[in-house]
Amino acid sequence: MLEVQNLSMRFGGLLAVDGVSLDVQEREIVSIIGPNGAGKTTVFNCMSGFYKPSGGKILFEGKEVQGTPDYKISRLGMVRTFQHVRLFTKMSVAENLLVAQHRHLNTNMLAGLLGTPNYKKREQKALDRAAYWLERVGLLDLANREAGNLAYGQQRRLEIARCMVTEPKLLMLDEPAAGLNPAETKELNQLIVSLKEDYNVSVVLIEHDMSLVMDISDRINVINQGRPLASGTPEEIRQNDDVIKAYLGEA
Amino acid sequence: MAANNLRHALFCAVVTLIISIPILGLNLEAEGINIILTGAKTSTYIAIVLAAIAVFVFQAYRDSIMGLLGKLPNLNPLADKEPMEQSKRAKLESWILTGIIVLALFWPFVVSRGSVDLATLVLIYVMLALGLNVVVGLAGLLDLGYVAFYAVGAYTFALLSQYTGISFWMALPIGALLAGLTGMTLGFPVLRLRGDYLAIVTLGFGEIIRILLNNWTTLTGGPNGIGGIPEPTLFGMEFGRRVKEEGNTSFHETFGIAYSGEHKVIFLYLIALVLAVITALIIRRFMRMPVGRAWEALREDEIAARSLGLSRTAVKLSAFTIGAFFAGFAGTVFASKQGFISPESFVFLESAIILAIVVLGGMGSQLGVILAAIAVTILPELAREFSEYRMLIFGAAMVLMMVWRPQGLLPMRRIHITLNKQE
Ligand SMILES: Nc1ncnc2c1ncn2[C@@H]1O[C@H](COP(=O)(O)OP(=O)(O)OP(=O)(O)O)[C@@H](O)[C@H]1O
Ligand SMILES: [Mg+2]
Repeated sequence: MLEVQNLSMRFGGLLAVDGVSLDVQEREIVSIIGPNGAGKTTVFNCMSGFYKPSGGKILFEGKEVQGTPDYKISRLGMVRTFQHVRLFTKMSVAENLLVAQHRHLNTNMLAGLLGTPNYKKREQKALDRAAYWLERVGLLDLANREAGNLAYGQQRRLEIARCMVTEPKLLMLDEPAAGLNPAETKELNQLIVSLKEDYNVSVVLIEHDMSLVMDISDRINVINQGRPLASGTPEEIRQNDDVIKAYLGEA
Repeated sequence: MAANNLRHALFCAVVTLIISIPILGLNLEAEGINIILTGAKTSTYIAIVLAAIAVFVFQAYRDSIMGLLGKLPNLNPLADKEPMEQSKRAKLESWILTGIIVLALFWPFVVSRGSVDLATLVLIYVMLALGLNVVVGLAGLLDLGYVAFYAVGAYTFALLSQYTGISFWMALPIGALLAGLTGMTLGFPVLRLRGDYLAIVTLGFGEIIRILLNNWTTLTGGPNGIGGIPEPTLFGMEFGRRVKEEGNTSFHETFGIAYSGEHKVIFLYLIALVLAVITALIIRRFMRMPVGRAWEALREDEIAARSLGLSRTAVKLSAFTIGAFFAGFAGTVFASKQGFISPESFVFLESAIILAIVVLGGMGSQLGVILAAIAVTILPELAREFSEYRMLIFGAAMVLMMVWRPQGLLPMRRIHITLNKQE
């Protein structure tokens, strides 16, 4: 459903991403790994429309989407989380999820002002969807808390829930396990697998936690200094000499 | 560290001297056709030196003084009380609001004409501040030229009444819509700017509109302004002693009561009250709608908002347009109240006052904004002897506010959302 072909992104003299290709099928978890500064987040930024790539193509469901404005990308069904959690910190947990459903609620303003039955029905649906996902990530009791006051792990989960209420087809997670303790990482592991199995979402995952990556990925892409280094199943990656060299050379 | 402090303090004291000696210490006096420069009284010079010393001492011991100031909230008896529960506070706030409105409905009949007139002005500021609150408080767009839209509303009514003889009730929606349209047109190119840049560009727009009104003499009458703006009518009843427009009747004759100039003032007040309440209700509604949440979301984290499908331009533009719309509303009422308008009513100071109301009231909080509008408009009237120092008091109040309650009198509270557990 997603195909990235020969993507490159140049910042001035720095070629941050150079010829990266990627493909993701329906209900698949594909990971991108690589050392710090390899260009992983930059790939996400291109895919989610924050950057216009300097070269290459991004096809989503057969349509070219490179250079499409960011807010339109998410409406196509591709949403992302951020390496550093980005919540609407002063708004409540529930409101965070309602903001994400803006598109579902987008009746005209007059209907909202008058509170027409149709508007109320949609609003209720949005609330129900928010409640459902909060329950799913274990935050329902905190619905009226300020999002910025949640513990770090809870913020991470809220960010994922906020993506899920938009009913995406493809979810892009940028280091979702960073800063989580082992128990939370395990929960996250189960959550991501369930997103794929129960909600038919494809996932692109950037992660440094190798055990998590090896455990849940269907396929893995390794990039190093912006260039693709290897790709394959977790088994193949584990035994790839280049990858071992790149990682051991780092350590 | 200490030496650094002293040097800084000395510098500030010298700046004080440099600024105040020419401004306060030298006077221009006309002698015949010549203008001569004379020194001021010795007491003035002493005052200037004392002020410089005060600045020096304050700057030298700034950290400890500010530290003390910071501790002051402990004197506040409410400081260590638990914040009120959300739902409780919501209830209390709606009770207070209802109370204010009921009180506001009856009191013009017992107080003097001047007070009612002043209260009408307060209500106009309430409308303006509620509108600007959408732009600054909710959407986080620092608009320093808000008065431009107020002017558009007022001039729309003034010009239309002059050239087409339109009535207040027709002009009200037209003025608001035109102001909103202006907001949209101006907003479109500038809203991609951020923070300070946006503030400066909007400041410029505010001035452009005022200068345009000042110089387009053939249409607007320039600095002479436009007069003879009609008052509102009540179902075709006029409030003047004599009926000006054909087909209208006069209020006092219809009801068979003696003519009194007060009827008109009270009527205008009531209209302003109703419009202010409508403004508050509509904006309150917006805040609970997707568009209101989008304003806040974009203010909180623009990148996250965009990643969730919010279009930056559309969301900001909607806030800007709606804010301008209510400024136009207020402008029409203002034109009708004054009966005469000129560009002088729409100077930057007005923008600054409205902004101060929003900041003092607590960005995003409606009750806070209403209370601040009352305070900012009425206090200077009460303290007339100090009117020269109005701006000084204003500035001091803002500084103290930023130290004590940077979130404003009543910070915005979140709406409590009840979610039912899903199966
Ligand atoms: N907007 C930008 N302007 C200039 N250089 C950038 C920009 N964004 C990223 N870079 C550079 O591109 C390179 C890749 O950065 P990127 O954030 O994609 O790495 P990453 O693989 O996500 O690393 P990490 O694992 O630390 O998150 C880095 O050298 C970074 O400094
Ligand atoms: Mg990164």
